[in-house]
Amino acid sequence: MTADQAATTVFARPRLLKQADFHYCPGCGHGIINRLLMEVIDEMDLQGDAICVAPAGCGMLLYNYFEIDVIESAHGRGAAVATGIKRVRPQNLVFSYQGDGDLAAIGTAEGIHAANRGENLTVIFVNNGVYGMTGGQMAPTTLLDQVTTTTPAGRDADLAGHPVRICEVFAQLDGTAYLERVAVNKPAAVTKAKKSIRKAFQCQLDGRGFSLVEILSPCPVNWKMGPIEACRWIDDAMLDYFPLGVFKDVTAC
Amino acid sequence: MKQLMSGNVALGEAAILSGCTHYFGYPITPQNEITEYMARRLPGAGGVFIQSESEIAAINMVLGASAAGARAMTSSSGPGMSLKQEGISYLVADELPAVIVNVVRGGPGMGSIAGAQSDYFQATRGGGHGDYRTVVLAPASVQEVTEIVPLAFDLADRYRNPVIILADGILGQMMEPVDFDGLVRPPDYDKPWVLTGAKDRPARKIHSLIFDVKLQEEHNWKLQRKFRLIEQSEVRCETHLTDDAEMVVVAYGIGARIAKGAIKRLREEGKKVGLLRPVTLWPFPVQALRDLAKTVDDFFVFEMSAGQMVEDVRLALEGQGRIHFYGRPGGVAPMPVELYRIVSRHYLQAHADGEGRPR
Repeated sequence: MTADQAATTVFARPRLLKQADFHYCPGCGHGIINRLLMEVIDEMDLQGDAICVAPAGCGMLLYNYFEIDVIESAHGRGAAVATGIKRVRPQNLVFSYQGDGDLAAIGTAEGIHAANRGENLTVIFVNNGVYGMTGGQMAPTTLLDQVTTTTPAGRDADLAGHPVRICEVFAQLDGTAYLERVAVNKPAAVTKAKKSIRKAFQCQLDGRGFSLVEILSPCPVNWKMGPIEACRWIDDAMLDYFPLGVFKDVTAC
Repeated sequence: MKQLMSGNVALGEAAILSGCTHYFGYPITPQNEITEYMARRLPGAGGVFIQSESEIAAINMVLGASAAGARAMTSSSGPGMSLKQEGISYLVADELPAVIVNVVRGGPGMGSIAGAQSDYFQATRGGGHGDYRTVVLAPASVQEVTEIVPLAFDLADRYRNPVIILADGILGQMMEPVDFDGLVRPPDYDKPWVLTGAKDRPARKIHSLIFDVKLQEEHNWKLQRKFRLIEQSEVRCETHLTDDAEMVVVAYGIGARIAKGAIKRLREEGKKVGLLRPVTLWPFPVQALRDLAKTVDDFFVFEMSAGQMVEDVRLALEGQGRIHFYGRPGGVAPMPVELYRIVSRHYLQAHADGEGRPR
């Protein structure tokens, strides 16, 4: 490269991601998802409109990273808190960020009923098949035979039931407008996840109703794997039970 | 103009007149008329009504609406109030205003659906997890609801703390003449913490998680300073016939109405019995009791519970005077004549020698 050739930036830290160190473990998918959210909000020029509801769990410190308004919610109550905010400020972009324990166990009622009412908000649902912050216990999305600290012999359906497929369940509710399952385990998947987040936000801005993006995300520390192995495990094990794709899209109609 | 109205409906109307724009609730007896009234009236008044999927969802919707700047309210009764405690703890920790009405019914468990005063501990001791208090206001008539409700919204906004209105099934259900002419809408407070989107200002955050225990302790002391200020500034109580009293009945809410009936009969017989009615159950009228104890030896606590407020009376009097108690738990409302007989017996025993303390 000669000096007179202008350098082109192909990748940079998103403007809306604060100058802070993530507390996430090495190889964790949350950092990627955080980045995607701030990229999308910046690209859609929504910094002044966005209000994020953070969960209990690994995502609870989002306000340390996001240069947008953030409120913490009690474990599982994100969709109810987001409902309260959105009903006061219908012009704002309101989204909750929830893990699998948060949305698919303790907060199932709040999530399903926000969806069923067709609340015009977005849920970013991070599915990593395990309770991360508390140290790797079984989540509602833990696969059968998957070993966790509370299923030491592997998840046994007779004892602990079956993994919950949120997108498939929510697709049965007439209030939902856009539901897609994506992953962040490889570059092409990350690009697709970003498009899905953008689409969900646009769905909300257009007043189409409830949108949810489920994101399969690696948790190498609690899966007892290396980061690369964890990314591969999403393809090799999780996708069988949690197929990627669009489960509902009324925006196409 | 006076209208005949139930306490529940008056609670709803007073809330709307006080500037409540968002109501979230789940059906439970004996408070359903509040929820139904808000469903009918609030949308037409420019507000939002949602029948939530649970009391837990309702209180968290209130939390979200409050964080977004609205005057928000929910209402429930005993079992539902237990579910709301999680959210109330977060409201306090986040310093968010909210008004929560408990139309108390008999407990524990599913209990009864009759009016009771058995949730006093839950209301005045915080109720959820953590070191905190909520302001607790106890109306005793449908008309008083029109004073209590705007006060509740005002205190909630002024102190950025949830306020509990502790009513009961009788007040909620009974109809009395009421007018709203004296109801003054509380002023709007500057809320520089509200989440509106980070437009032309730095991003805001509302959270209660503070990992650093030293900072968490600081946050707790900040809350405690606020609670001390409320204790100094916001105590409210009513006294009735206490000037010459030799015995003072301490009762609140509907219990105080029953006590007034009993005292009327006692006075007709020349028995010098008065009433202290706490309007704020927290902060409790400690000083008013101590002042009375300078001239009064006998305090008779009456509650529609097995005895909860009586502990606050003991704490306030710090060993001064004799404390008598009568309570009926489970949702039983004694007639004034029943209370009259019991207070009368205690009065005669206390004054068996025919002499009170020299005054």
